[in-house]
Amino acid sequence: MRARVLVRPKAGILDPQGQAVERALPALGFSGVRNVHVGRLIELDVEDPAHLPEMCEKLLSNPLIEDYEIVEAS
Amino acid sequence: MKFGIVRFPGSCDDVDALLAAERVGEAAMLWHAERDLQDVDAVIVPGGFSYGDYLRAGAIARFAPVMEEVAEFARAGGLVLGICNGFQVLCEAGLLPGALLPNVSLRFICRQVGLEVVRSDTAFTCAATAGSRLSIPVKHTTGRFYAPEAELDRLQAAGQVLLRYAPAQNPNGSARDIAGVANEAGNVFGLMPHPEHAVDPLTGSADGLTIFESMRAQVADRISV
Repeated sequence: MRARVLVRPKAGILDPQGQAVERALPALGFSGVRNVHVGRLIELDVEDPAHLPEMCEKLLSNPLIEDYEIVEAS
Repeated sequence: MKFGIVRFPGSCDDVDALLAAERVGEAAMLWHAERDLQDVDAVIVPGGFSYGDYLRAGAIARFAPVMEEVAEFARAGGLVLGICNGFQVLCEAGLLPGALLPNVSLRFICRQVGLEVVRSDTAFTCAATAGSRLSIPVKHTTGRFYAPEAELDRLQAAGQVLLRYAPAQNPNGSARDIAGVANEAGNVFGLMPHPEHAVDPLTGSADGLTIFESMRAQVADRISV
């Protein structure tokens, strides 16, 4: 099965990468952009999707600083 | 007193750590794929970019065979020092509290910083005086110490914060100016600054030796007991 894992900085933790992007957009003429956060997208083929949460907890994300979301594709 | 320095693919401060440790005792290199800790009295996880740090700093190195032995060694009370990437690895391995995030500036920072010794009654700072200042360099991109507020309160109350950046010298946005923290038992310690790069006045400061001398004194104490 094809799966996508979205990893985001936890809400409330300072995200300077998101801030840098948020500051850059108005410079290009895009106004009205707020709350930009930069995370990571991991795509993988897995035989048993039941293992995905454990993979996320142990390696793909650091649960102290990041949230993860598993999106299963067909 | 024998130090063991872990070498991962991508470690780059391993040799400096070895040379620094040799100023106060014997030292041996420990290869990441091997489980033999060679009867060392203390382990140093050095700086660098273990396994390329491709996913997150320290995330992959924690699964190295040698790290299982280091974790066991730490559980048995052995002294473990993590420097920079080594600090990141120990946090990822759950041997130290908190995590290291990208610097607020998003820049690689390489400079000498002042550090305040918060406590001098620990295995890693007993050769220093509480309240004294050490001059030691930092060089990293991912060095912003983070833990949730409640955890920071707990760390402070439990005396696990051993080193802080001196006022106005916090280079990376670390929570509460924390530069180095210990585990609850006090036998595992991690810091972002590089004591192994400050062991000779020729390169600006020999203050880093204090950390290695503290560890030697601690081990000597244990052996004499």
